[in-house]
Amino acid sequence: MRVALFVTCLVDALFPDVGKSTVRLLERLGHEVVVPSAQTCCGQMHINTGYQGQALPIVRNHVAAFEQADVIVAPSGSCAGSVRHQHADVARKGGDEKLAEAAEDTAKRTFELSEFLVDVLKVTDVGAYFPHRVTYHPTCHSLRMLKVQDKPLQLLRAVEGIDLVELPDAETCCGFGGTFALKNSATSTAMLEDKTSAVLSTEADVLTAGDSSCLMHIGGGLSRLRSGTRTLHLAQVLENTR
Amino acid sequence: MTFLGMPAGGGNLTGTPFPKAARGALGDDQLRRNLAKATSTIRTKRASVVGELPDWAELRLAGAAIKDEVLANLDEYLVRFEEALTSRGTHVHWARDAEEANRIITDLVKATGTREVIKVKSMATVEIGLNEALADAGVHAVETDLAELIVQLGNDKSSHILVPAIHRNRTEIRDVFRREMAGVDPDLTDDPRALAEAARKHLRQKFMTVDVAISGANFGVAETGALVVVESEGNGRMCLTLPRTLISVVGIEKLVPSWRDLEVFMQLLPRSSTGERMNPYTSVWTGPTEGQTSHVVLVDNGRTATLADPDGRAALRCIRCSACLNSCPVYERTGGHAYGSTYPGPIGAVLSPQLTGVDKNPTLPFASSLCGVCYDVCPVAIDIPSMLVHLRSRVTESKRATPESTAMRAVGWVMSDSRRWSRLIRLGKFGRLASRHVPLPGWSSARDLPLPPKQTFRDWWESR
Repeated sequence: MRVALFVTCLVDALFPDVGKSTVRLLERLGHEVVVPSAQTCCGQMHINTGYQGQALPIVRNHVAAFEQADVIVAPSGSCAGSVRHQHADVARKGGDEKLAEAAEDTAKRTFELSEFLVDVLKVTDVGAYFPHRVTYHPTCHSLRMLKVQDKPLQLLRAVEGIDLVELPDAETCCGFGGTFALKNSATSTAMLEDKTSAVLSTEADVLTAGDSSCLMHIGGGLSRLRSGTRTLHLAQVLENTR
Repeated sequence: MTFLGMPAGGGNLTGTPFPKAARGALGDDQLRRNLAKATSTIRTKRASVVGELPDWAELRLAGAAIKDEVLANLDEYLVRFEEALTSRGTHVHWARDAEEANRIITDLVKATGTREVIKVKSMATVEIGLNEALADAGVHAVETDLAELIVQLGNDKSSHILVPAIHRNRTEIRDVFRREMAGVDPDLTDDPRALAEAARKHLRQKFMTVDVAISGANFGVAETGALVVVESEGNGRMCLTLPRTLISVVGIEKLVPSWRDLEVFMQLLPRSSTGERMNPYTSVWTGPTEGQTSHVVLVDNGRTATLADPDGRAALRCIRCSACLNSCPVYERTGGHAYGSTYPGPIGAVLSPQLTGVDKNPTLPFASSLCGVCYDVCPVAIDIPSMLVHLRSRVTESKRATPESTAMRAVGWVMSDSRRWSRLIRLGKFGRLASRHVPLPGWSSARDLPLPPKQTFRDWWESR
């Protein structure tokens, strides 16, 4: 299959290794990966902070960038969620019905990585080897906007050598929420503290999740605590082989 | 007829900006422990009883559909409701806002000559600030709901829709009772039974002597003019039946079309709110009992303005169950006072700004991480996260240029074109040294920022 990678702005600028792992994983599974160069960002930060008007040209750019793609895969539940649940609405509110329809069409072709692997490719064992103690945080938008359910866990359970441990209160938000972490930093920090304690209680070597944004937040907290627990994106765990 | 515009909601719907108000609660360890314990207990109970119903998803959609139908034809249902009430001898009054509602109720109370009224717990009367208005008129209102009584005696504010004293533990409650309850046993312990017995004695004396009661209503049935109060303690029933004058204060969105519709809500409400299959006391009345005078005050206070907004009106479906509060990770840490309104938590963050206008509550739409758990647990499927996003737009659009809006505009310009975007992120590698030393307000207090990579993904892909 020819897969268009929607790499997301955060991965492009700050976490390129997540993008590289996604590419290598998909290629290892025998698919051709293309990266449309016109892509930038899904505009979620603008939309969720209350700048729908400013998000409109970003949405337009995104829709145009992926117009030719058969299937679009993002290593992010949050960005896939924005494409699927917000883009058409932003276009409609901006008075562009044609763009709204095109956005609806893009949404249908867009998948978060674990959804793509399990639902589209029908694969749970991707041939990965990762001999470490790992815990998994189901990020809010993957969990509730996309309803990925236990697909990431199905993938992780099939990894050879992994010691997968349950994260207490896993479904509670880490407190990132985009600009929420800045606008309500004290509340966000309180939520982060509970999340990092839960992670540390598992004694995992690695915390993994399907969103680099949440991992940036939790990882930033773990790093400040000088804890030994690393954060790795799901794609990075799955890309690893013997 | 002159169109006077839609009245904005007044009363207890605004307060200190959320980020500032939250800080107090976040620093109070005892409060955070009380909240975490109480909300996690109710969450677990709710999940278990909701899980028992195989048709929960359908019930939820039915609840949403019934409410939407009422909201779409509210004018007709209200007229029908008024006719049904009037035909059975109840006096109906209409109040555009909090001030008008308070004036009507205060006049009705004063006309009876009483100096004291008893109240069954009512969010609408808290919303309009009725107790304060009555006090100004020399009338003392006695709350009979146990939690509401604790809040009142403690000279406190409620912090939760269902459990107004959720922020208090039982030792604190004992102290309040010892200090404020006339004739209480000075050796009162913090045993829940002893506390309940003290409240019972205190209230029984009021029930037997006070002749005017004020109630709210969980539902009003348009077809028959019936009012419904759902409660746990039976104190509401005492209020509704004993006094000679009963004044019910009802938000205009509380209607359901027919008696049969209650079937859906009587399944949705108790399970969502207290985590019970059924609540202990449900009182239904259609008009005054013999020798009783009954009044219904229908309150707008920002509701028609909310109804006028197609993206926000579904907030009026709310049946005040508080499942969203109990599930919200923000509420769990800040408590209800941080929201500055009678309606705290996620539903408060969308309801209050709509009732008052966003200019009066500009921080509430941002008091959420948009994690979406509130939508998942809402028994009438209010999409609170999308509504918050919509209200955030209304807040930012109503403001002049701010440093944030300027930055957003600039970043938006960069992000709408891939050449501009790739040029910007390539600068990241030059910022590597600086990045650890540039504080990002709020962020760097508890988190390290990631180091920008030497090569962007885009550059790696092109070099491959």
